[in-house]
Amino acid sequence: MEQVLGDRKSVAILVGPALIVYSLVMLVPVFWSLGYTLFEGNAVTGFRYVGFANFADLIGDSKVHDALWFTIRYALVITVGQVLLGYGLALLYVFVLRRYSSLVRTLVFFPIVLPTVAVALLFQQLFAVAPQNGVVNSLINVFGADSIDWFGDGGTAFIVIAIMDIWRSMGFYGVLLYAGLVEIPEDVLESARIDGSGGWRMLRHIVLPLSLPVLVSAIIFSINGTLKVFDSILALTNGGPGTSTSPLTIYMFQTSFTYGEYGYGSSVALLLTIICLMVTVVIFRASRRDLTKG
Amino acid sequence: MTSTDLSTSQAPSGLATRPASRRQTRTRRLRRWRRLPGHLLVALLLVVVTYPLVWLLLGSFKTQTEFLEESVFSLPSQFNFDNYVEAWTTGNFSQYVLNSIIAVGPSLFLMMLLGTAAGFALEVLVWKGRAGVLLLFLAGIMVPMQMILLPLFTIYFQTGLTGTLWPLVITYTATGLPLTVFLMATYFRAVPREVFEASTLDGAGLVRAFFQIGLPMMRNAIFTVGLVQFFFFWNDLLIALTFTNSGELRTLQVGLLNFSGQFGTTQYGPLFAAICLNVFGMLVLYLVLNKQVQKGLTAGAVKG
Repeated sequence: MEQVLGDRKSVAILVGPALIVYSLVMLVPVFWSLGYTLFEGNAVTGFRYVGFANFADLIGDSKVHDALWFTIRYALVITVGQVLLGYGLALLYVFVLRRYSSLVRTLVFFPIVLPTVAVALLFQQLFAVAPQNGVVNSLINVFGADSIDWFGDGGTAFIVIAIMDIWRSMGFYGVLLYAGLVEIPEDVLESARIDGSGGWRMLRHIVLPLSLPVLVSAIIFSINGTLKVFDSILALTNGGPGTSTSPLTIYMFQTSFTYGEYGYGSSVALLLTIICLMVTVVIFRASRRDLTKG
Repeated sequence: MTSTDLSTSQAPSGLATRPASRRQTRTRRLRRWRRLPGHLLVALLLVVVTYPLVWLLLGSFKTQTEFLEESVFSLPSQFNFDNYVEAWTTGNFSQYVLNSIIAVGPSLFLMMLLGTAAGFALEVLVWKGRAGVLLLFLAGIMVPMQMILLPLFTIYFQTGLTGTLWPLVITYTATGLPLTVFLMATYFRAVPREVFEASTLDGAGLVRAFFQIGLPMMRNAIFTVGLVQFFFFWNDLLIALTFTNSGELRTLQVGLLNFSGQFGTTQYGPLFAAICLNVFGMLVLYLVLNKQVQKGLTAGAVKG
Protein backbone atom coordinates (compact mmCIF):
# COMPACT_ATOMS: atom_id res chain seq x y z
CA MET A 1 0.00 0.00 0.00
CA GLU A 2 2.85 2.39 0.78
CA GLN A 3 3.95 2.36 -2.83
CA VAL A 4 0.56 3.66 -3.96
CA LEU A 5 1.03 6.85 -1.97
CA GLY A 6 4.75 7.13 -2.64
CA ASP A 7 4.97 8.11 -6.28
CA ARG A 8 8.03 10.34 -6.49
CA LYS A 9 6.90 12.42 -9.41
CA SER A 10 3.67 13.36 -7.63
CA VAL A 11 5.58 14.26 -4.49
CA ALA A 12 7.86 16.54 -6.50
CA ILE A 13 4.93 18.24 -8.25
CA LEU A 14 2.97 18.80 -5.03
CA VAL A 15 5.67 19.82 -2.55
CA GLY A 16 8.24 21.16 -5.01
CA PRO A 17 6.82 24.62 -5.80
CA ALA A 18 6.17 25.48 -2.14
CA LEU A 19 9.62 24.25 -1.12
CA ILE A 20 11.35 26.23 -3.87
CA VAL A 21 9.52 29.49 -3.09
CA TYR A 22 10.05 29.03 0.64
CA SER A 23 13.75 28.22 0.21
CA LEU A 24 14.49 31.09 -2.15
CA VAL A 25 12.59 33.77 -0.26
CA MET A 26 13.09 32.68 3.35
CA LEU A 27 15.86 30.10 3.87
CA VAL A 28 18.47 31.54 1.52
CA PRO A 29 18.00 35.09 2.89
CA VAL A 30 18.48 33.82 6.45
CA PHE A 31 21.97 32.56 5.56
CA TRP A 32 22.60 35.58 3.35
CA SER A 33 21.76 37.75 6.33
CA LEU A 34 24.24 35.75 8.43
CA GLY A 35 26.86 36.60 5.82
CA TYR A 36 25.97 40.31 6.03
CA THR A 37 26.97 40.37 9.70
CA LEU A 38 30.62 40.21 8.55
CA PHE A 39 30.33 43.24 6.25
CA GLU A 40 29.54 46.92 6.38
CA GLY A 41 27.78 49.04 3.77
CA ASN A 42 24.54 48.48 1.83
CA ALA A 43 23.03 47.42 -1.47
CA VAL A 44 23.47 50.85 -3.04
CA THR A 45 27.00 51.80 -1.90
CA GLY A 46 28.54 48.32 -1.89
CA PHE A 47 30.01 46.20 0.91
CA ARG A 48 33.33 45.97 2.76
CA TYR A 49 34.50 42.96 4.78
CA VAL A 50 35.01 43.83 8.46
CA GLY A 51 35.23 40.42 10.14
CA PHE A 52 33.64 40.33 13.58
CA ALA A 53 33.70 44.09 14.10
CA ASN A 54 29.86 44.27 14.01
CA PHE A 55 29.59 41.86 16.92
CA ALA A 56 32.21 43.78 18.89
CA ASP A 57 30.19 46.97 18.28
CA LEU A 58 26.99 45.17 19.26
CA ILE A 59 28.38 44.24 22.68
CA GLY A 60 29.51 47.78 23.47
CA ASP A 61 26.58 49.70 21.92
CA SER A 62 24.52 51.36 24.64
CA LYS A 63 21.62 51.81 22.18
CA VAL A 64 21.50 48.05 21.68
CA HIS A 65 21.50 47.57 25.46
CA ASP A 66 18.58 49.98 25.78
CA ALA A 67 16.66 48.38 22.92
CA LEU A 68 17.28 44.90 24.32
CA TRP A 69 16.17 45.97 27.78
CA PHE A 70 13.06 47.60 26.33
CA THR A 71 12.24 44.47 24.31
CA ILE A 72 12.51 42.26 27.40
CA ARG A 73 10.49 44.68 29.54
CA TYR A 74 7.81 44.92 26.87
CA ALA A 75 7.64 41.15 26.36
CA LEU A 76 7.34 40.51 30.11
CA VAL A 77 4.74 43.19 30.84
CA ILE A 78 2.57 42.42 27.81
CA THR A 79 2.77 38.65 28.25
CA VAL A 80 1.80 38.85 31.91
CA GLY A 81 -0.92 41.37 31.10
CA GLN A 82 -2.53 39.63 28.17
CA VAL A 83 -2.31 36.08 29.51
CA LEU A 84 -3.51 37.08 32.99
CA LEU A 85 -6.41 39.19 31.71
CA GLY A 86 -7.14 36.56 29.07
CA TYR A 87 -7.30 33.93 31.78
CA GLY A 88 -9.57 36.17 33.83
CA LEU A 89 -11.85 36.57 30.83
CA ALA A 90 -11.85 32.82 30.19
CA LEU A 91 -12.86 32.19 33.82
CA LEU A 92 -15.57 34.83 33.46
CA TYR A 93 -16.90 33.13 30.33
CA VAL A 94 -16.90 29.64 31.83
CA PHE A 95 -18.01 30.24 35.41
CA VAL A 96 -20.00 33.48 35.46
CA LEU A 97 -21.54 34.00 32.03
CA ARG A 98 -21.64 30.31 31.13
CA ARG A 99 -24.12 29.73 28.30
CA TYR A 100 -24.51 33.45 27.68
CA SER A 101 -20.82 34.13 27.06
CA SER A 102 -20.91 33.88 23.25
CA LEU A 103 -21.80 37.52 22.57
CA VAL A 104 -19.30 38.94 25.08
CA ARG A 105 -16.59 36.61 23.76
CA THR A 106 -17.22 37.74 20.19
CA LEU A 107 -17.17 41.44 21.12
CA VAL A 108 -14.03 41.37 23.27
CA PHE A 109 -12.22 39.30 20.64
CA PHE A 110 -12.84 41.85 17.89
CA PRO A 111 -9.92 44.31 18.41
CA ILE A 112 -7.31 41.66 17.51
CA VAL A 113 -8.47 41.64 13.87
CA LEU A 114 -8.00 45.40 13.58
CA PRO A 115 -4.96 46.78 11.76
CA THR A 116 -2.38 47.79 14.37
CA VAL A 117 -1.78 51.07 12.58
CA ALA A 118 -5.45 52.04 12.90
CA VAL A 119 -5.50 51.06 16.58
CA ALA A 120 -2.30 53.01 17.25
CA LEU A 121 -3.65 56.17 15.60
CA LEU A 122 -6.85 55.79 17.61
CA PHE A 123 -4.88 55.50 20.86
CA GLN A 124 -2.80 58.54 19.92
CA GLN A 125 -6.06 60.49 19.87
CA LEU A 126 -7.46 58.85 23.03
CA PHE A 127 -4.33 59.86 24.96
CA ALA A 128 -3.78 63.19 23.20
CA VAL A 129 -2.88 66.33 25.15
CA ALA A 130 -2.59 68.88 22.34
CA PRO A 131 -4.27 70.70 20.71
CA GLN A 132 -7.18 69.23 22.67
CA ASN A 133 -7.26 66.80 25.58
CA GLY A 134 -8.16 63.29 24.49
CA VAL A 135 -10.66 61.08 26.29
CA VAL A 136 -8.16 59.87 28.91
CA ASN A 137 -6.87 63.29 29.88
CA SER A 138 -10.42 64.67 29.98
CA LEU A 139 -11.38 61.90 32.42
CA ILE A 140 -8.30 62.67 34.52
CA ASN A 141 -9.37 66.33 34.60
CA VAL A 142 -12.84 65.31 35.79
CA PHE A 143 -11.19 63.76 38.85
CA GLY A 144 -9.32 67.00 39.45
CA ALA A 145 -5.84 66.02 38.33
CA ASP A 146 -3.75 67.73 35.66
CA SER A 147 -3.48 66.45 32.10
CA ILE A 148 -0.53 64.19 31.40
CA ASP A 149 1.67 64.53 28.33
CA TRP A 150 1.58 60.78 27.71
CA PHE A 151 3.93 60.73 24.72
CA GLY A 152 6.37 63.27 26.12
CA ASP A 153 8.17 60.79 28.34
CA GLY A 154 9.38 57.22 27.81
CA GLY A 155 7.77 55.95 31.01
CA THR A 156 4.25 57.20 30.33
CA ALA A 157 4.55 56.30 26.63
CA PHE A 158 5.32 52.74 27.73
CA ILE A 159 2.12 52.72 29.78
CA VAL A 160 0.09 53.73 26.72
CA ILE A 161 1.80 51.03 24.62
CA ALA A 162 1.02 48.42 27.26
CA ILE A 163 -2.62 49.50 27.62
CA MET A 164 -3.08 49.51 23.85
CA ASP A 165 -1.57 46.11 23.19
CA ILE A 166 -3.37 44.48 26.10
CA TRP A 167 -6.66 46.10 25.00
CA ARG A 168 -6.08 44.68 21.54
CA SER A 169 -5.15 41.14 22.51
CA MET A 170 -6.85 40.21 25.79
CA GLY A 171 -10.01 39.00 24.01
CA PHE A 172 -7.89 36.81 21.75
CA TYR A 173 -6.19 35.17 24.73
CA GLY A 174 -9.57 34.94 26.41
CA VAL A 175 -10.88 32.76 23.58
CA LEU A 176 -7.64 30.77 23.37
CA LEU A 177 -7.74 29.93 27.08
CA TYR A 178 -11.52 29.49 27.10
CA ALA A 179 -11.03 26.62 24.65
CA GLY A 180 -8.80 24.98 27.26
CA LEU A 181 -11.13 25.65 30.20
CA VAL A 182 -14.33 24.28 28.64
CA GLU A 183 -12.55 20.99 28.16
CA ILE A 184 -12.39 20.44 31.92
CA PRO A 185 -15.04 17.74 32.50
CA GLU A 186 -18.14 19.03 34.25
CA ASP A 187 -18.23 16.07 36.68
CA VAL A 188 -14.73 16.90 37.96
CA LEU A 189 -15.93 20.41 38.84
CA GLU A 190 -19.19 19.03 40.23
CA SER A 191 -17.48 16.59 42.58
CA ALA A 192 -15.18 19.35 43.76
CA ARG A 193 -18.22 21.48 44.53
CA ILE A 194 -19.81 18.63 46.49
CA ASP A 195 -16.57 18.24 48.43
CA GLY A 196 -17.15 21.81 49.50
CA SER A 197 -14.29 23.48 47.70
CA GLY A 198 -15.43 26.70 46.08
CA GLY A 199 -13.82 29.88 44.79
CA TRP A 200 -10.11 30.18 45.40
CA ARG A 201 -9.50 26.61 46.42
CA MET A 202 -11.25 25.17 43.39
CA LEU A 203 -9.36 27.57 41.12
CA ARG A 204 -5.99 26.76 42.69
CA HIS A 205 -6.29 22.99 43.05
CA ILE A 206 -8.49 21.94 40.16
CA VAL A 207 -8.98 24.55 37.44
CA LEU A 208 -5.42 25.85 37.33
CA PRO A 209 -3.61 22.48 37.18
CA LEU A 210 -6.03 21.16 34.56
CA SER A 211 -5.62 24.20 32.34
CA LEU A 212 -1.84 24.41 32.77
CA PRO A 213 -0.92 22.97 29.34
CA VAL A 214 -3.01 25.51 27.44
CA LEU A 215 -1.75 28.26 29.75
CA VAL A 216 1.86 27.34 28.96
CA SER A 217 1.22 27.38 25.21
CA ALA A 218 -0.45 30.77 25.56
CA ILE A 219 2.64 32.09 27.34
CA ILE A 220 4.95 30.71 24.64
CA PHE A 221 2.84 32.24 21.84
CA SER A 222 2.71 35.52 23.69
CA ILE A 223 6.45 35.83 24.37
CA ASN A 224 7.27 34.72 20.86
CA GLY A 225 4.98 37.38 19.44
CA THR A 226 5.88 40.22 21.80
CA LEU A 227 9.64 39.83 21.29
CA LYS A 228 9.01 40.61 17.61
CA VAL A 229 6.77 43.65 18.25
CA PHE A 230 7.10 46.29 15.54
CA ASP A 231 3.89 47.66 13.99
CA SER A 232 2.09 48.86 17.07
CA ILE A 233 5.04 50.71 18.62
CA LEU A 234 6.22 52.15 15.30
CA ALA A 235 2.76 53.57 14.62
CA LEU A 236 2.11 54.77 18.18
CA THR A 237 5.40 56.37 19.28
CA ASN A 238 7.84 55.64 16.44
CA GLY A 239 10.20 54.46 19.19
CA GLY A 240 10.23 57.86 20.86
CA PRO A 241 10.54 60.23 22.53
CA GLY A 242 14.19 59.86 21.49
CA THR A 243 14.77 56.13 21.47
CA SER A 244 13.11 55.51 24.84
CA THR A 245 10.48 53.12 23.44
CA SER A 246 12.55 51.46 20.70
CA PRO A 247 12.63 47.66 20.77
CA LEU A 248 15.30 45.72 18.85
CA THR A 249 13.05 45.45 15.79
CA ILE A 250 12.73 49.22 15.40
CA TYR A 251 16.43 49.78 16.13
CA MET A 252 17.26 47.20 13.45
CA PHE A 253 14.91 48.90 10.97
CA GLN A 254 16.45 52.31 11.61
CA THR A 255 20.11 51.26 11.43
CA SER A 256 19.38 49.37 8.21
CA PHE A 257 17.16 51.73 6.30
CA THR A 258 17.70 55.18 7.83
CA TYR A 259 21.49 54.86 8.19
CA GLY A 260 22.05 52.20 5.48
CA GLU A 261 24.15 49.92 7.69
CA TYR A 262 23.09 46.48 6.49
CA GLY A 263 25.86 44.59 8.29
CA TYR A 264 25.05 46.08 11.66
CA GLY A 265 21.30 45.75 11.06
CA SER A 266 21.76 42.06 10.28
CA SER A 267 23.73 41.61 13.50
CA VAL A 268 20.87 43.13 15.50
CA ALA A 269 18.41 40.88 13.62
CA LEU A 270 20.57 37.86 14.48
CA LEU A 271 20.55 38.83 18.15
CA LEU A 272 16.75 38.98 18.03
CA THR A 273 16.51 35.59 16.30
CA ILE A 274 18.76 33.95 18.88
CA ILE A 275 16.72 35.41 21.75
CA CYS A 276 13.46 34.13 20.20
CA LEU A 277 14.90 30.64 19.76
CA MET A 278 16.39 30.54 23.26
CA VAL A 279 13.22 31.69 24.99
CA THR A 280 11.06 29.16 23.17
CA VAL A 281 13.42 26.27 23.92
CA VAL A 282 13.78 27.25 27.59
CA ILE A 283 10.05 27.61 28.22
CA PHE A 284 9.26 24.46 26.28
CA ARG A 285 11.78 22.45 28.30
CA ALA A 286 10.69 23.93 31.61
CA SER A 287 7.02 23.30 30.93
CA ARG A 288 7.65 19.70 29.92
CA ARG A 289 9.56 19.02 33.11
CA ASP A 290 6.85 20.57 35.26
CA LEU A 291 4.10 18.68 33.50
CA THR A 292 5.71 15.28 34.06
CA LYS A 293 6.20 16.14 37.73
CA GLY A 294 2.68 17.34 38.39
CA MET B 1 -11.40 39.92 40.48
CA THR B 2 -12.84 36.87 38.86
CA SER B 3 -11.99 34.57 41.71
CA THR B 4 -14.26 36.52 44.04
CA ASP B 5 -17.07 36.11 41.53
CA LEU B 6 -16.40 32.41 41.56
CA SER B 7 -16.85 32.18 45.29
CA THR B 8 -19.88 34.46 45.47
CA SER B 9 -21.77 32.60 42.81
CA GLN B 10 -21.18 29.27 44.47
CA ALA B 11 -21.23 29.80 48.24
CA PRO B 12 -24.46 28.55 49.82
CA SER B 13 -26.60 31.10 51.66
CA GLY B 14 -26.80 30.73 55.43
CA LEU B 15 -30.25 32.04 56.41
CA ALA B 16 -31.99 28.95 57.76
CA THR B 17 -33.86 30.48 60.71
CA ARG B 18 -36.22 32.84 58.83
CA PRO B 19 -39.80 31.96 57.83
CA ALA B 20 -39.94 30.20 54.49
CA SER B 21 -41.55 32.86 52.26
CA ARG B 22 -39.50 35.77 53.58
CA ARG B 23 -36.41 33.61 53.37
CA GLN B 24 -37.08 32.94 49.72
CA THR B 25 -37.42 36.57 48.71
CA ARG B 26 -34.43 37.35 50.87
CA THR B 27 -32.21 34.74 49.21
CA ARG B 28 -33.37 35.84 45.80
CA ARG B 29 -32.44 39.38 46.60
CA LEU B 30 -29.15 38.21 48.06
CA ARG B 31 -28.39 36.19 44.98
CA ARG B 32 -29.03 39.23 42.85
CA TRP B 33 -26.61 41.21 45.01
CA ARG B 34 -24.03 38.51 44.75
CA ARG B 35 -24.24 38.49 40.99
CA LEU B 36 -23.81 42.24 40.88
CA PRO B 37 -19.97 42.29 40.85
CA GLY B 38 -20.02 39.91 37.91
CA HIS B 39 -22.52 42.03 36.01
CA LEU B 40 -20.64 45.22 36.77
CA LEU B 41 -17.44 43.62 35.57
CA VAL B 42 -19.03 42.59 32.29
CA ALA B 43 -20.52 46.06 31.83
CA LEU B 44 -17.14 47.70 32.47
CA LEU B 45 -15.50 45.27 30.07
CA LEU B 46 -17.93 46.07 27.29
CA VAL B 47 -17.50 49.83 27.81
CA VAL B 48 -13.70 49.51 27.73
CA VAL B 49 -13.81 47.49 24.51
CA THR B 50 -16.51 49.33 22.58
CA TYR B 51 -16.31 52.96 23.74
CA PRO B 52 -13.05 53.80 21.89
CA LEU B 53 -14.62 52.52 18.67
CA VAL B 54 -17.86 54.44 19.18
CA TRP B 55 -15.84 57.57 19.96
CA LEU B 56 -13.87 57.00 16.76
CA LEU B 57 -17.05 56.72 14.70
CA LEU B 58 -18.52 59.89 16.22
CA GLY B 59 -15.26 61.73 15.62
CA SER B 60 -15.30 60.87 11.94
CA PHE B 61 -18.33 63.16 11.49
CA LYS B 62 -16.91 66.19 13.33
CA THR B 63 -15.51 69.28 11.68
CA GLN B 64 -12.06 70.69 12.38
CA THR B 65 -13.53 73.46 14.57
CA GLU B 66 -15.52 70.94 16.56
CA PHE B 67 -12.29 69.04 17.19
CA LEU B 68 -10.35 72.09 18.27
CA GLU B 69 -12.96 73.96 20.29
CA GLU B 70 -15.45 71.51 21.78
CA SER B 71 -15.12 68.84 24.42
CA VAL B 72 -13.96 65.40 23.30
CA PHE B 73 -17.23 63.97 24.58
CA SER B 74 -19.40 66.27 22.45
CA LEU B 75 -21.50 64.77 19.71
CA PRO B 76 -21.00 65.79 16.07
CA SER B 77 -23.43 68.53 14.99
CA GLN B 78 -24.12 66.90 11.62
CA PHE B 79 -23.91 63.51 9.97
CA ASN B 80 -22.46 63.99 6.51
CA PHE B 81 -19.72 62.13 4.76
CA ASP B 82 -17.46 65.08 3.90
CA ASN B 83 -14.60 63.69 5.96
CA TYR B 84 -14.88 60.33 4.23
CA VAL B 85 -14.85 61.92 0.80
CA GLU B 86 -11.84 63.99 1.81
CA ALA B 87 -9.96 60.91 3.07
CA TRP B 88 -10.90 58.87 0.02
CA THR B 89 -9.82 61.50 -2.54
CA THR B 90 -7.35 64.04 -1.11
CA GLY B 91 -6.00 61.46 1.34
CA ASN B 92 -5.41 59.06 -1.60
CA PHE B 93 -7.27 56.27 0.14
CA SER B 94 -8.72 54.84 -3.06
CA GLN B 95 -5.16 54.28 -4.34
CA TYR B 96 -4.06 52.62 -1.09
CA VAL B 97 -7.01 50.23 -1.00
CA LEU B 98 -6.36 49.26 -4.61
CA ASN B 99 -2.67 48.63 -3.84
CA SER B 100 -3.57 46.47 -0.85
CA ILE B 101 -5.96 44.40 -2.95
CA ILE B 102 -3.39 43.95 -5.74
CA ALA B 103 -0.72 42.89 -3.24
CA VAL B 104 -2.84 40.65 -1.01
CA GLY B 105 -5.19 38.96 -3.53
CA PRO B 106 -2.71 37.10 -5.75
CA SER B 107 -0.34 36.23 -2.91
CA LEU B 108 -3.19 34.82 -0.84
CA PHE B 109 -4.36 32.62 -3.73
CA LEU B 110 -0.87 31.41 -4.66
CA MET B 111 0.20 30.83 -1.07
CA MET B 112 -2.92 28.80 -0.23
CA LEU B 113 -2.55 26.65 -3.37
CA LEU B 114 1.14 25.89 -2.82
CA GLY B 115 0.72 25.49 0.93
CA THR B 116 -2.22 23.10 0.69
CA ALA B 117 -0.47 20.98 -1.93
CA ALA B 118 2.65 20.82 0.24
CA GLY B 119 0.58 19.98 3.33
CA PHE B 120 -1.05 17.16 1.36
CA ALA B 121 2.28 15.81 0.14
CA LEU B 122 3.81 16.03 3.62
CA GLU B 123 0.96 14.39 5.49
CA VAL B 124 -0.80 11.99 3.11
CA LEU B 125 1.99 10.83 0.81
CA VAL B 126 4.71 8.49 2.00
CA TRP B 127 8.27 9.37 1.08
CA LYS B 128 11.75 9.55 2.51
CA GLY B 129 12.67 12.84 4.14
CA ARG B 130 9.18 14.22 4.63
CA ALA B 131 9.68 14.62 8.39
CA GLY B 132 12.77 16.71 7.68
CA VAL B 133 10.98 18.90 5.15
CA LEU B 134 8.07 19.49 7.53
CA LEU B 135 10.54 20.54 10.22
CA LEU B 136 12.18 22.89 7.73
CA PHE B 137 8.84 24.61 7.13
CA LEU B 138 8.13 24.76 10.86
CA ALA B 139 11.42 26.58 11.47
CA GLY B 140 10.06 29.37 9.28
CA ILE B 141 7.34 30.17 11.82
CA MET B 142 9.98 31.03 14.41
CA VAL B 143 12.31 33.21 12.35
CA PRO B 144 11.71 36.96 12.81
CA MET B 145 10.98 38.79 9.56
CA GLN B 146 13.92 41.13 10.28
CA MET B 147 16.27 38.25 9.50
CA ILE B 148 15.26 38.11 5.81
CA LEU B 149 14.44 41.74 5.11
CA LEU B 150 17.86 43.02 4.03
CA PRO B 151 18.82 40.24 1.57
CA LEU B 152 15.35 40.50 0.02
CA PHE B 153 15.76 44.24 -0.31
CA THR B 154 19.06 43.66 -2.12
CA ILE B 155 17.53 41.02 -4.42
CA TYR B 156 14.54 43.16 -5.35
CA PHE B 157 16.81 46.16 -5.89
CA GLN B 158 19.16 44.29 -8.20
CA THR B 159 16.46 42.51 -10.19
CA GLY B 160 14.70 45.81 -10.77
CA LEU B 161 11.50 44.76 -9.00
CA THR B 162 11.74 47.74 -6.65
CA GLY B 163 9.16 50.29 -7.74
CA THR B 164 6.46 47.67 -8.35
CA LEU B 165 4.16 45.70 -6.06
CA TRP B 166 5.91 42.42 -6.97
CA PRO B 167 8.17 42.44 -3.89
CA LEU B 168 5.05 42.43 -1.70
CA VAL B 169 3.36 39.61 -3.63
CA ILE B 170 6.50 37.44 -3.55
CA THR B 171 7.33 38.11 0.10
CA TYR B 172 3.76 37.54 1.34
CA THR B 173 3.49 34.29 -0.62
CA ALA B 174 6.68 32.90 0.90
CA THR B 175 6.25 34.15 4.47
CA GLY B 176 2.70 32.78 4.65
CA LEU B 177 3.77 29.28 3.63
CA PRO B 178 5.17 27.90 6.94
CA LEU B 179 1.97 28.45 8.91
CA THR B 180 -0.27 27.26 6.05
CA VAL B 181 1.77 24.09 5.46
CA PHE B 182 1.77 23.35 9.19
CA LEU B 183 -1.99 23.90 9.61
CA MET B 184 -3.01 22.09 6.41
CA ALA B 185 -0.83 19.10 7.31
CA THR B 186 -2.62 18.97 10.67
CA TYR B 187 -6.03 19.05 8.98
CA PHE B 188 -5.06 16.33 6.45
CA ARG B 189 -3.98 14.13 9.38
CA ALA B 190 -7.65 13.70 10.29
CA VAL B 191 -8.53 12.19 6.90
CA PRO B 192 -8.16 8.39 6.66
CA ARG B 193 -5.44 7.37 4.20
CA GLU B 194 -7.78 4.81 2.61
CA VAL B 195 -9.74 7.61 0.95
CA PHE B 196 -6.74 8.56 -1.17
CA GLU B 197 -5.50 5.01 -1.64
CA ALA B 198 -8.85 4.00 -3.11
CA SER B 199 -8.78 6.88 -5.57
CA THR B 200 -5.32 5.99 -6.81
CA LEU B 201 -6.33 2.35 -7.30
CA ASP B 202 -8.98 3.62 -9.68
CA GLY B 203 -6.13 4.74 -11.84
CA ALA B 204 -6.14 8.44 -10.99
CA GLY B 205 -2.70 9.92 -10.34
CA LEU B 206 -1.85 11.40 -6.96
CA VAL B 207 -1.82 14.93 -8.31
CA ARG B 208 -5.34 14.39 -9.65
CA ALA B 209 -6.36 12.83 -6.35
CA PHE B 210 -5.22 16.02 -4.65
CA PHE B 211 -7.17 18.33 -6.93
CA GLN B 212 -10.30 16.17 -7.17
CA ILE B 213 -10.56 14.80 -3.63
CA GLY B 214 -8.07 16.47 -1.27
CA LEU B 215 -8.77 20.07 -2.21
CA PRO B 216 -12.61 19.90 -2.18
CA MET B 217 -12.52 17.92 1.07
CA MET B 218 -10.48 20.66 2.74
CA ARG B 219 -12.80 23.49 1.66
CA ASN B 220 -13.59 24.61 5.21
CA ALA B 221 -10.02 24.31 6.44
CA ILE B 222 -8.71 26.22 3.42
CA PHE B 223 -11.26 28.96 4.04
CA THR B 224 -10.32 29.25 7.72
CA VAL B 225 -6.56 29.30 7.11
CA GLY B 226 -6.99 31.68 4.19
CA LEU B 227 -8.98 34.04 6.39
CA VAL B 228 -6.24 34.09 9.03
CA GLN B 229 -3.56 34.74 6.43
CA PHE B 230 -5.71 37.48 4.92
CA PHE B 231 -5.62 39.30 8.26
CA PHE B 232 -1.85 38.87 8.53
CA PHE B 233 -1.26 40.17 4.98
CA TRP B 234 -3.85 42.95 5.05
CA ASN B 235 -2.68 44.30 8.42
CA ASP B 236 1.04 43.89 7.69
CA LEU B 237 3.17 46.97 8.15
CA LEU B 238 6.80 45.78 8.28
CA ILE B 239 7.03 44.20 4.81
CA ALA B 240 4.89 46.86 3.14
CA LEU B 241 6.90 49.67 4.72
CA THR B 242 10.21 48.12 3.64
CA PHE B 243 9.38 47.47 0.01
CA THR B 244 7.10 50.36 -0.96
CA ASN B 245 9.43 53.23 -1.66
CA SER B 246 7.06 55.61 -3.42
CA GLY B 247 3.74 57.21 -2.58
CA GLU B 248 1.84 55.43 -5.38
CA LEU B 249 2.81 52.00 -4.06
CA ARG B 250 1.64 52.49 -0.49
CA THR B 251 -0.70 49.87 0.92
CA LEU B 252 -3.58 50.80 3.19
CA GLN B 253 -1.50 50.49 6.37
CA VAL B 254 1.51 52.44 5.07
CA GLY B 255 -0.84 55.06 3.69
CA LEU B 256 -2.59 55.39 7.03
CA LEU B 257 0.75 55.68 8.84
CA ASN B 258 1.68 58.63 6.61
CA PHE B 259 -1.84 60.00 6.49
CA SER B 260 -1.28 63.26 8.34
CA GLY B 261 1.52 64.09 5.91
CA GLN B 262 -0.99 64.29 3.04
CA PHE B 263 -2.31 67.52 4.49
CA GLY B 264 -0.35 70.48 5.81
CA THR B 265 -1.59 70.34 9.39
CA THR B 266 -3.41 67.43 10.98
CA GLN B 267 -6.97 67.32 9.65
CA TYR B 268 -8.71 65.45 12.44
CA GLY B 269 -11.97 64.74 10.64
CA PRO B 270 -10.42 63.04 7.59
CA LEU B 271 -7.92 61.24 9.88
CA PHE B 272 -10.75 59.80 11.97
CA ALA B 273 -12.65 58.91 8.80
CA ALA B 274 -9.57 57.13 7.42
CA ILE B 275 -9.12 55.09 10.62
CA CYS B 276 -12.86 54.37 10.55
CA LEU B 277 -12.75 53.02 6.98
CA ASN B 278 -9.96 50.69 8.05
CA VAL B 279 -11.67 49.60 11.27
CA PHE B 280 -15.26 49.22 10.12
CA GLY B 281 -14.28 47.38 6.95
CA MET B 282 -12.84 44.75 9.25
CA LEU B 283 -15.92 44.93 11.48
CA VAL B 284 -18.23 44.03 8.58
CA LEU B 285 -16.03 41.05 7.72
CA TYR B 286 -15.91 40.03 11.37
CA LEU B 287 -19.66 40.30 11.90
CA VAL B 288 -20.28 37.89 9.02
CA LEU B 289 -17.48 35.44 9.77
CA ASN B 290 -16.71 35.80 13.49
CA LYS B 291 -16.90 32.06 14.24
CA GLN B 292 -14.34 31.18 11.56
CA VAL B 293 -12.16 34.15 12.47
CA GLN B 294 -12.00 33.11 16.13
CA LYS B 295 -11.32 29.49 15.22
CA GLY B 296 -8.70 30.36 12.66
CA LEU B 297 -6.79 32.98 14.61
CA THR B 298 -6.51 30.81 17.71
CA ALA B 299 -5.31 27.91 15.52
CA GLY B 300 -2.72 30.26 14.04
CA ALA B 301 -1.57 31.45 17.47
CA VAL B 302 1.74 29.61 17.02
CA LYS B 303 2.80 32.50 14.86
CA GLY B 304 2.68 34.73 17.93
